[in-house]
Amino acid sequence: MGHGPAVKLGKDYASGYKTKLGIWMFIAYTIVYAIFVGINTTNPALMEETVMGQTLAVVYGFGLIILAFIMAIVYNHFCTAAEERLNK
Amino acid sequence: MIYTQSPLAIALFVAFVLFVLGLSFYLARRTTSSEGYYAAGGNIHWFVNGIAFAGDYLSAASFLGICGMIATAGYDGFLYSIGYLAGWMVALFLVAEPMKRLGKYTFTDALDSKFNSKAIQLAAAISTLVVSVFYLIPQMVGAGVLVQPLLGMPHYVGVIIVGIVVTLIVATAGMASTTYVQFMKGGLLLICSSILVFGILGRGLTTSPDQGGKKAYHDFKTIQANVAADGSLLLSDASYTAPADWQAGSLAEAGFVKLTKDGIDSIWQVKPAAAGYELVETLWVTTLADGTKLYNGAPKEEGRFFAVGSIKELKVDGVDVAETGAVGPFSFLKKIKDSTVTLWGKQYVKNPDGSKTLIYYQKPTSGSRILRPGLKFKVDNATGTDKFNFISLMLALFCGTAALPHILIRYYTVPSQAAARKSTLVAIASIGFFYILTLFMGIGAMTNGVINLTDNNMSAPLVALSFGVILFSIISSIAFATVLGTVSGLIVAASGAVAHDLMDNFLGIKMTDAGKVMAGKISAVVVGIIAIYLGIVFEGMNVSFLVGWAFAVAASANLPAILMLLFWKKTTAKGVAASIIVGLVSAMGLILISPDMWVRYGMLPQNAPISFNSPALVSIPLSFIALVVVSLMTQGSAVAAPVED
Repeated sequence: MGHGPAVKLGKDYASGYKTKLGIWMFIAYTIVYAIFVGINTTNPALMEETVMGQTLAVVYGFGLIILAFIMAIVYNHFCTAAEERLNK
Repeated sequence: MIYTQSPLAIALFVAFVLFVLGLSFYLARRTTSSEGYYAAGGNIHWFVNGIAFAGDYLSAASFLGICGMIATAGYDGFLYSIGYLAGWMVALFLVAEPMKRLGKYTFTDALDSKFNSKAIQLAAAISTLVVSVFYLIPQMVGAGVLVQPLLGMPHYVGVIIVGIVVTLIVATAGMASTTYVQFMKGGLLLICSSILVFGILGRGLTTSPDQGGKKAYHDFKTIQANVAADGSLLLSDASYTAPADWQAGSLAEAGFVKLTKDGIDSIWQVKPAAAGYELVETLWVTTLADGTKLYNGAPKEEGRFFAVGSIKELKVDGVDVAETGAVGPFSFLKKIKDSTVTLWGKQYVKNPDGSKTLIYYQKPTSGSRILRPGLKFKVDNATGTDKFNFISLMLALFCGTAALPHILIRYYTVPSQAAARKSTLVAIASIGFFYILTLFMGIGAMTNGVINLTDNNMSAPLVALSFGVILFSIISSIAFATVLGTVSGLIVAASGAVAHDLMDNFLGIKMTDAGKVMAGKISAVVVGIIAIYLGIVFEGMNVSFLVGWAFAVAASANLPAILMLLFWKKTTAKGVAASIIVGLVSAMGLILISPDMWVRYGMLPQNAPISFNSPALVSIPLSFIALVVVSLMTQGSAVAAPVED
């Protein structure tokens, strides 16, 4: 039926580890995002408070974008290390 | 009215299109296999693919829509940036590698990899087609919007040009040419947006933005007024006269008055002051009974309608100043926070002669209020429905990204799972960086006197115009390329759904490899023609409204199926198919009976069967429930094997 990957993939012994790590990091990011949405829904005036010279909304919003980048680097680092360790 | 057609912009656009077409024809000679057509042979470098992700993802809605919304409603536009980026975390942590591991050309392949089920093939292909087509509509409408100021052509011409060019790109070389177009466009968009933000920060903030000395800002006037003993209005500026019956009629009821100076009418907002009234100048658009529009009482060409956007009170360390000079990014935001910016409200007034006037009035707003949510979305003193709408929208943005078919197919263009992951990392870095820039570009437009209140979609290109026609030309061409790129990705996805999922797999039509490529190309042309038609039909429909719709439908139809297949061992083929159909039907059904749609049907929004506009918070859980219930009921049939290799 023509299913399966477009290119031949080697066996990946690290996939179990990567899946677990992905789920935990996903949960962590989702909690931070949910708190952001939660504050906006329950106490939006708090977002106007000054934190480090900026409104909390700016700090939290930039924080979410930068956190995404940092977590992506960390995730990639550990996944690559696991692939090198387990797929020898 | 505010735009200028620039030969340079047209030349750049034509050059870009010719280059892209040339590249497509060149790559087409190497694309003879279906693997090459649908997945670029699976050998694109992860960095190129990552930037191409950004090219795919940063559509007209991101670049034009978000900047425009920030320019007029502040932080609420930025919420889209945050939500769209957060969606990439779902893609990276949960979807990227399994998608790569399970699929061949399309998202349907991945879902169906464990089952070989006709029901899944049909449901997923329909869902891919529906989501792609709904995502295509705003892109095509956006193309028409762009072509008007840039090339001076009517809306439908823009739609047809983009439709033909894109269909050619896709039909010649499929995913390979699409990927390189996306790579270039994504890269150029990041570079030029950075240049624009440097320009905005270098110019700094001022209370009288003159576009770097190029164009004096229209200084909106305020007149003092007192009521005389006979009831007439006495004005501090004697060159204006007010009608004797200024307190009567629909205009007065709405809080406005029409004054006349040298035979020219103007409308002013009436505000009670310590003594008498204060009259504040407004902008207004009158729609006559025959549909003709008058801008500040005159046809568009007379240019009486001004671009707006300025700081009312600029404060630095608590002291009022007229301008700041060059500032850093954080200092820029801090000064905005401490200052007061003139935003614009709008109000409709029905005139006795049957015409309607839309009045834009000044709304001085503190910077700290602009830099937090609430100017567009009702979050303060919100009702349950308001909160529901807000949470539902943020959920749709979060869950939609990893369910968009034209994003998912990009995982098949790279050689390995590690490359899929790394290209997602590059995508997050570049898209996140761009989204940070949107806040500066949007606020730059808000404070540089360049906003066209009748259409804020052009805010970002117009800030660029304030720095010179070259930057404007480049940015406009890129905006065009943005549309070209996103549309080509969507057409590849849709043609894959028809030719690969439906014809090849579901119907089992026997085709040679060359036949499969031909089927894909014919499907691309057909989808392209449909997209052109819809782009013309939906002219004038709000672009971001339609994008929100596509995200909600994608998140409801596709994401529960993807996630449960990966992480719940009891998932069955019937469960997956049920989840896709329930998600698709419930999300679309809820949108069709929403208050927003009721307005479009010409009825009152409060009469709509439901009170909310964002369906995701209902339709995503429904889709999950359908999957779980049907899977549990059909445990005897095929059950997904664990996803571990």
